[in-house]
Amino acid sequence: MTAAVESRAATTVRERRRRTRRRNLRRHWQLYVLLILPVAYFVVFQYIPMANNVIAFKDYNVVAGIWGSPWAGFDHFERFFANPVAWDLIRNTLMLSLYGFLAGFPIPIILALALNEVRARFFKRTVQMVTYAPYFLSTVIVVSMLILIFSPRIGFMSDALGFFGMNSNLLADPDAFRSVYVWSDVWQTAGYSAIIYMAALAGVDPSLYEAARLDGASRLQKIWHVDLPGIAPTVVVVMVLSVGSVMAIGFEKAFLLQNPLNLSTSEIIATYTYKIGLLSADFSLATAVGLFNSVINLILLLAVNTVSKRVTGNGLW
Amino acid sequence: MTLTTATPSATEPKAKRRKPKRRRAAHVQDTRVDRIFMIGVYALLTTFLLIILIPLANIVASSFSSPAAVSGGRVFLWPVDFTLIGYEAVLANEAVLTGFANSVFYAVVGTLVSVTLTVMIAYPLSRTELVGRRVLIGGVLFTMLFSGGLIPTYMVVRALGLLDTRWAIILPAAIAAWQVLIAMTFFRSSIPGELYEAAQLDGASDLRFLWSIVLPLSKPLLAVIALMYGIGQWNSYFSALIYLRSEDLYPLQLVLRDILIVNNSGGTNIADQLAAQQMADLMKFSLIVVSTVPVLLVYPFVARHFTKGVMLGSVKG
Repeated sequence: MTAAVESRAATTVRERRRRTRRRNLRRHWQLYVLLILPVAYFVVFQYIPMANNVIAFKDYNVVAGIWGSPWAGFDHFERFFANPVAWDLIRNTLMLSLYGFLAGFPIPIILALALNEVRARFFKRTVQMVTYAPYFLSTVIVVSMLILIFSPRIGFMSDALGFFGMNSNLLADPDAFRSVYVWSDVWQTAGYSAIIYMAALAGVDPSLYEAARLDGASRLQKIWHVDLPGIAPTVVVVMVLSVGSVMAIGFEKAFLLQNPLNLSTSEIIATYTYKIGLLSADFSLATAVGLFNSVINLILLLAVNTVSKRVTGNGLW
Repeated sequence: MTLTTATPSATEPKAKRRKPKRRRAAHVQDTRVDRIFMIGVYALLTTFLLIILIPLANIVASSFSSPAAVSGGRVFLWPVDFTLIGYEAVLANEAVLTGFANSVFYAVVGTLVSVTLTVMIAYPLSRTELVGRRVLIGGVLFTMLFSGGLIPTYMVVRALGLLDTRWAIILPAAIAAWQVLIAMTFFRSSIPGELYEAAQLDGASDLRFLWSIVLPLSKPLLAVIALMYGIGQWNSYFSALIYLRSEDLYPLQLVLRDILIVNNSGGTNIADQLAAQQMADLMKFSLIVVSTVPVLLVYPFVARHFTKGVMLGSVKG
């Protein structure tokens, strides 16, 4: 008896909800029309490619198409790991991004903290404008600049390196590849990455500075006890993002900096995928390698985010 | 400078007003340790400034020097034997001019398409009454964590018959999830709900409200995302590298890569090899400057708005 009443109540609730939903659709149909094209974009250029990853488990051939090609299980993954190159690629990718993280993570923070101390407005403005600028240069331009500046024949940097007794042809040196890659990245992005910390510093409660001043804190103590805790949540978010993307290091710059001489350290997963996929047309193997890379990356990001939430209470979501 | 309701900028004017008072206080307070500390801060920032500026100055100075001086590695921060022949050579190079025109096309059309599509998805998603809003937002955000990968995306572009067409440059990169997030956050935090209620009482439809009220109020946002898409498109070479075959469709960055990095200066049939080599060296410097000019022209706007963009993005959605 009561069950029947309850179920009738449930149906009316559901009925009512459906009716308001229908009314909502009728009243706001224009919003849904707006969504058609962008949703189509996401389906076609984001979600269908995700589905296409299925060819990592197939022996793809153009004639049979994606769904017609025979299944291959984990053959392509096994093929990849059976190749000794695989471990070199993974090591190169990880080393490059970890080095990039270690060098690129603290410098923008130091830059922002230093800028925050400066009271001379003109100087502060100048430093900000100049340090952002390289961010807007294209990768092609930055790599070209490196090639010219480090050219043993014409570049001023190779003269400087020679003066200090170092190898003056840095770009042909496999041991120097990571440093060139990472430090030119720092050169290009430190100013831009500092913006987010500057914003966080602007949001620190002024009464904390007041209190620190009354307590007779030195500038260094003020940075340590007020500024750093103030930007800590931002630091954590940036850290999660960068640790979570260690495997996602981009194709563009490594590919441009590559030459036959430095290949032993400059070949990373992204450039390898491009070569076997588009130059050797082994679609299945390239997709398998790419998929392996993205999955590891996703797992890393989720793991880092969980740990960070546990430990610091801050995370991405 | 008019993003009045976004949280970070709201704190900004306060910070500015506070400054003079704090400066005086700091002066009274500065102990000897603090003064030494400040010298350190200024020294650090000046070093930063020089590290960024010297390579840039070297490129510009070289571009105005004579071929012999450049090839001999005699230029540092000031042009040697001032001349404009480097620029004359660049402007006489047809591949560069075609590339320049193509890049302008990709940047302008690409930005128009991208901004339109981004608004079309971000605005409906900012409206809480939208049915299925959470699912759609999740769908957009997921593409930031996991992407289809190189080959699977290439297969979609190929299946659509877009290979070697201008659309291959514009469509696959049409919407960036990050920009959708920024736009959504802006619409939600900066367009007061009362405005919508008032418009509704006046009988305005959703589209009408978006067009005549929301968009005019969102000019700073539109500027930010247009600049980000525009500069991104201007600077990218990767999609052109994988999707284009015909050289007359090449964007400037790909032409630059051929000349600057692959060392393909085009058929120079000058009898004097040395002069040709010297000219090729000089041309590279001039080319870097010429291709960066458009970015430099918008840089003053960019620097201001990008700061806001980063801050908008950093407000958690």
